[in-house]
Amino acid sequence: MSERITAEDVTHVAGLARLELSDDELERFTVQLAAVLDHAADVEALDTEGVAPTAHPLPLANVLRDDVARPGLERAEVLAAAPAVEADRFRVPPVLGPPA
Amino acid sequence: MRHASTYLPAAEIADSVRRGERAAVEVVEEHLATIAEREPEVHAFNALTDAQARMAAELIDRRVAAGEDPGPLAGVPVALKDNLCTAGVPTTCSSRILEGWLPPYDATVVTRLGLAGAIAIGKTNLDEFAMGSSTENSAFGPTHNPHDASRVPGGSSGGSAAAVAAGFAPLALGSDTGGSIRQPAALCGVVGVKPTYGRVSRYGLIAFASSLDQIGPLAPTVADAALLLEVVAGHDPLDSTSVPEPPPSLVAGLDDGVEGLRVGVVAELMGQGVAPDVRRRVEAAAEALAGAGAKVEETSVAALAYGLSAYYLIAPAEASSNLARYDGVRYGLRVDAPTTATMNVATRTAGFGPEVKRRIMLGTYALSAGYYDAYYGKAQKVRTLVIRDFAAAYESFDLLLSPTSPTTAFPLGAKAADPLSMYLSDVCTIPSNLAGDPAVSVPFGTGDDGLPVGVQILAPALAEATMLRAAAVLEDAMLDQAMARAEATP
Amino acid sequence: MSDWETVVGLEVHCELATATKLFCGCRNAFGDEPNTNVCPVCLGLPGSLPVLNRGAVELAVRLGLALGCRVEPSLFHRKNYFYPDMPKDYQVSQYDRPINVDGALELPDGTRVGIERAHLEEDTGKSTHVGGGGRIHEADHSLVDYNRAGVPLVEIVSRPDLRSAEQARAYVNELRAVLLATGASDARMEEGSLRVDANISVRPAGFSTFGTRCEVKNLNSTRSLGRAIDYEARRQIALLEAGEQVAQQTRHWDEADGRTHPLRSKEEAYDYRYFPEPDLVPLAPDDAWLGQVRAGLPPLPAERRRRLAEATGSVPAAVAVVVERGLDDLVLGALAAGGDGRRLVVHAEHDLAGGTGALDPEAFAALSRLEADGALTATQAKAVLAELVAGGGDPAAVAERLGFRALGGDELAGAVDAAIAANPDAWDRYLAGDAKVSGFFVGQVMRATRGQADGKAVTALLAQRAAATPG
Repeated sequence: MSERITAEDVTHVAGLARLELSDDELERFTVQLAAVLDHAADVEALDTEGVAPTAHPLPLANVLRDDVARPGLERAEVLAAAPAVEADRFRVPPVLGPPA
Repeated sequence: MRHASTYLPAAEIADSVRRGERAAVEVVEEHLATIAEREPEVHAFNALTDAQARMAAELIDRRVAAGEDPGPLAGVPVALKDNLCTAGVPTTCSSRILEGWLPPYDATVVTRLGLAGAIAIGKTNLDEFAMGSSTENSAFGPTHNPHDASRVPGGSSGGSAAAVAAGFAPLALGSDTGGSIRQPAALCGVVGVKPTYGRVSRYGLIAFASSLDQIGPLAPTVADAALLLEVVAGHDPLDSTSVPEPPPSLVAGLDDGVEGLRVGVVAELMGQGVAPDVRRRVEAAAEALAGAGAKVEETSVAALAYGLSAYYLIAPAEASSNLARYDGVRYGLRVDAPTTATMNVATRTAGFGPEVKRRIMLGTYALSAGYYDAYYGKAQKVRTLVIRDFAAAYESFDLLLSPTSPTTAFPLGAKAADPLSMYLSDVCTIPSNLAGDPAVSVPFGTGDDGLPVGVQILAPALAEATMLRAAAVLEDAMLDQAMARAEATP
Repeated sequence: MSDWETVVGLEVHCELATATKLFCGCRNAFGDEPNTNVCPVCLGLPGSLPVLNRGAVELAVRLGLALGCRVEPSLFHRKNYFYPDMPKDYQVSQYDRPINVDGALELPDGTRVGIERAHLEEDTGKSTHVGGGGRIHEADHSLVDYNRAGVPLVEIVSRPDLRSAEQARAYVNELRAVLLATGASDARMEEGSLRVDANISVRPAGFSTFGTRCEVKNLNSTRSLGRAIDYEARRQIALLEAGEQVAQQTRHWDEADGRTHPLRSKEEAYDYRYFPEPDLVPLAPDDAWLGQVRAGLPPLPAERRRRLAEATGSVPAAVAVVVERGLDDLVLGALAAGGDGRRLVVHAEHDLAGGTGALDPEAFAALSRLEADGALTATQAKAVLAELVAGGGDPAAVAERLGFRALGGDELAGAVDAAIAANPDAWDRYLAGDAKVSGFFVGQVMRATRGQADGKAVTALLAQRAAATPG
């Protein structure tokens, strides 16, 4: 099996998931995630040579809709749910840099 | 106090409302009265929609008076798990991050219930984002088991199961990702069905793990569960993973029995970890089926041994992606911070509970660079093996039998500190989700503690009708025993 | 500079010209009021689910077939990263199983540029940065409009087969022509419906291995693409010649200062955690569907250029311009009506940039014949053509109306002889071999005939007279 998950791994993963962990949570999650991953070790050890992955239990393909417009939502209703709005747009704090 | 229509079968309520013999308004009031009495103790609901329910009932009664037929669930109150979107009605997933959010649209199942004349009576409590097996992971406090308030109702559809068990509603909808309908049904002593993946539209079901989630009914009886499933099932063009089949006919053949059916008792799900009293009830169920003419044998479905591990990689992985959208930008909670990135972090850190964070972390890790092949990729292959082994078993058997939950309802707080022990309570229910096959939990007596035990009947894809016939046979067997006991009592 | 070779590969994102978005029925429209073309699906509201747009698949397949790609069974994946203009905080895109693979685009100069893949994905919303002069780094806050979120895109990834800024521009122009011809996109860079990122590296001329590349973003026109490539190549060469290394990074083109700048890079590499999108099922267009799409494909620019060159014998540069202007059908029509191919192409290249107006193939053909027969000079033909564009009509009649009448052979000879007689000194110089004097005589004849003489005919007559003069 792979090396045990470390506190650094957990911190890195929290960053990817946009979560902040307290020291206490970091310690607890490191132990708990390690326990679950240890349990998953039987899966890791299983010989699945030549076995195709299943992403989906249904044997469906080509589910398509016609390119025909349907009414959407009222802007007022959409923006009413937003934490902050300006000029009919969703307002967010500065973004600092383009996307990845 | 017992109110006239509570604990009546849904089919009977609907029939009397359709015939004008009973007013939908009364039905609603009687159920609201029952709720008023016991809800403080049970806490099945996050929110009651009593005002809307009264108005809907009024409309049903008017339609009946005008000679119209409001549909097969006319005037029947239905409790909705609070991860099903209801237009203009708060839908929270029992999470702070969605508190106060009003969906601008109805889930397809909610629309179909309305078209069938059903009346939504409230939104039921759940483990936050359906992640849990006890309904303790709710941001709004746990639900209590109506049979013993010191015990959990199971989860994650614990509110729906408790609502049905307590007579708050004759019917409820839940969602099942790894057993979240069947396990609370078992622990609360009601019938719970996880249909074939794709049988019921997921449109408007707030996603936990998209390739595993499925909506299904909870009801006091097999017949009522079948009736509700007939109403909500069927192809939906808004869900790409919806099975392109008409809704199944389930109620009609329910009494056809199990004569000649081959039933396999799954050895892998009867062993270690299953409490002896629960195992004895499954054995009794096997005997009851054999007594009704089924051919019952023990069998092995080897890959099920790996099901739990695969599930706890796949479900968190999908969840980590599904729950990314709760970022404080468009709806729900926002905790302010100087930049968008820090606002995202502050919002998510404050808005999600510990179990949700744990699963997001686990799933993010399982998908992250360097671990995908070892964890997520491998789990997807195990999924193939589970499907393959089930298919092999179904060459020899029409149905499979197992416990639903390894134990009866456990005390609140008993497993809260140890996530892995909580995860292990899903061991019997998870394989059906991995395979996309249907399964039902049907009450079959009680354990040594006097609490309900559910047995699980598993079937191949789209074989709900056969599966529910067998469930009805077990239900009849319990009824016969109860009547025999009643007669024996002087 | 001559010791170095520039290597460029382009990633072009292009919005498909569908009526609706990739996964929902919201309108795919540019310039509407903010947040008016939105629904639960493209806003990523909890519980919503995507359903793939058949029209988008068809346009992607059209483009793929036009680029000579194999259309393969494909899958959608989720690309996970947080960004406020992405409603679900993941982008649905095709990852290791794209729909179109392994094609090529032929440029007007004959270069074949390999196409690695052309896959489907969804667009993001649009952020406006408020304060700090609109610059993202200095903004006070940002505003997001989700009208564009979920609009279907194809990302067309070329192989690193381009060798200069000029070639890269030619590639983008040619790709635009294919996008327009197939109807896949309106391909407007200025509206952002066509967006280009460039992977640029340099290597010593003659090397077969590639240098370290930089990806340059924010190229809003073919002009900035060219400038950015030239700048980036110079920057990299300067580094290498100074004995330094080129760092692999993503850089941002700044149109104002004409430089590329490294993008803020996180300490850790991005980790997109791709996995198969569980809300969608596989896409595998069958042969019947592909056959249908293929049958509906119009002739593509490369094929049209080939056809026009073969039919008229014109040079590639002229043919390329005519096809780019979409005038090849007119020229071929006029050719079929008996026109002079080479002259038709010359006019289409030089005289019809402003459109063809009322010009029809028959009149165009007749005009080129008058010119070929010597009845009209090139200058006169151009004037007549302008009239035909403006108001139509018969070219001979138009020429007549303009006072362009063909000079008879005798009339022209008379004018030439008169000019020789009037300028004996010049004629002596001509006979002595001073070729420049030929122009003088042409001018004299033109003046005498008020421009109705054909210069070439005058030159020929002068030569004839000289040969007849006893030496």
